[in-house]
Amino acid sequence: MARLARTLLLLLAAVCGAPAAAQPTPPDVLVKNVTLEVVDLIAKDKEIKAGNRAKLIDLIEAKVLPHFNFGSMTALAMGQGWNKANLEQKKRLTDEFKTLLVRTYASALAAYSEQKFDFRPLRAKPSDTDVTVQVRVLQPGAQPVPIDYSMEKTAAGWKVYDVMVGGVSLVANYRTEFNNAVRESGIDGLIQNLSKKNRSLEAGSTPAKK
Amino acid sequence: MIAALVAGCAGTSERDPRDPFEALNRRIYRFNDVVDENVAKPVATGYKHVVPGEMRDRVRNFFGNIGDVFIGVNNFLQGKVGDGASDWARVLWNTSFGLLGIHDVASQMGFEKHDEDFGQTFGWWGASSGPYVVLPLLGSSTVRDGIGKGVDLYTDPLTEVRPYHVQYAIIGLRLTQTRADLLDASRILEEAALDKYVFQRDAYLQRRRSLIYDGSPPRERLEDSEDGKTR
Repeated sequence: MARLARTLLLLLAAVCGAPAAAQPTPPDVLVKNVTLEVVDLIAKDKEIKAGNRAKLIDLIEAKVLPHFNFGSMTALAMGQGWNKANLEQKKRLTDEFKTLLVRTYASALAAYSEQKFDFRPLRAKPSDTDVTVQVRVLQPGAQPVPIDYSMEKTAAGWKVYDVMVGGVSLVANYRTEFNNAVRESGIDGLIQNLSKKNRSLEAGSTPAKK
Repeated sequence: MIAALVAGCAGTSERDPRDPFEALNRRIYRFNDVVDENVAKPVATGYKHVVPGEMRDRVRNFFGNIGDVFIGVNNFLQGKVGDGASDWARVLWNTSFGLLGIHDVASQMGFEKHDEDFGQTFGWWGASSGPYVVLPLLGSSTVRDGIGKGVDLYTDPLTEVRPYHVQYAIIGLRLTQTRADLLDASRILEEAALDKYVFQRDAYLQRRRSLIYDGSPPRERLEDSEDGKTR
């Protein structure tokens, strides 16, 4: 479904943007549009506001996921360990990491969706293929929280490959954990670890709890 | 035989060079966690439940205003005269028109709030962080930031408040407000981390590094995976 929508969008872009040979949406515009759209959808949805986590996750999967490159993220978080994994393991790692990140992202969005956002102008040359898009979350009486999206240009448009919140890179932060797990129990151990974590979160969030 | 030796080493879990006291740190971390689960978190949760958001904004603003005095001092000590002047302008506006700081009028006037402390100042002067340490009750720190924290507490204007029971009540309120503001973040940490201790440590070290460079530290290369395909 999401893929169908994306294909349609791409087709549309291809038709409309004929002279520019389907220039993808600029990264800063993309971040702004997606953020505002998602925040708006959350604000309008009573069930999500009442704490329906499953619905929020569906929303994120439909609206946000297509703009992330989870293959890159997983590879970066794994570091050296990535090359020791076979294709099947890489696929499972990426899937489990994706599930975990979506869940974390959902929690963060639920917590901050009512704050104001300040979208910073993009500082990059048009020819750049790797940029940082800066957003700041404004909160009363406290320093704004910077959120930096590291994005790369791919054939399918700009994709996020790391998110930095308050100067903390998500990908870098998982690296030590992943390395420790791989050292202690191998790649399959890490996969098991991640899937156990995901299942326990799933079990914990189904009943309606605030 | 060799396998047994390797297994023996792995059992003690390979040391992170940034965290040579990991075993001790983990014990203090567990202690802090117990205190948090049983005291700080329930109190903060109750506070957030009872006190309306607008009221909590005012409490945060009030303590933020007091904090701005030494945030300014630290900016001056770091040679960031413009930022320091802006911090003190914040104190002037917020204390007067903001009614003793409960309204953050200065932010609306364009004087942005900063985040500075003595640990950051020492870092700005070139002191390296030293090993990671977990302080009892205070949590994540490093040798440098721990010393900085000591100076922060020593210069904290609230410690001048007398009589003592008033001082304790005010400091208790500040702690409660701070913990309440972190409730969401700590829940996210809980969900995101495979090993909470490691996740929090790495986040703390990254965060402090970023703060010292005021949000734009020289980029640390995430070294590419060797097939070079992905990045």
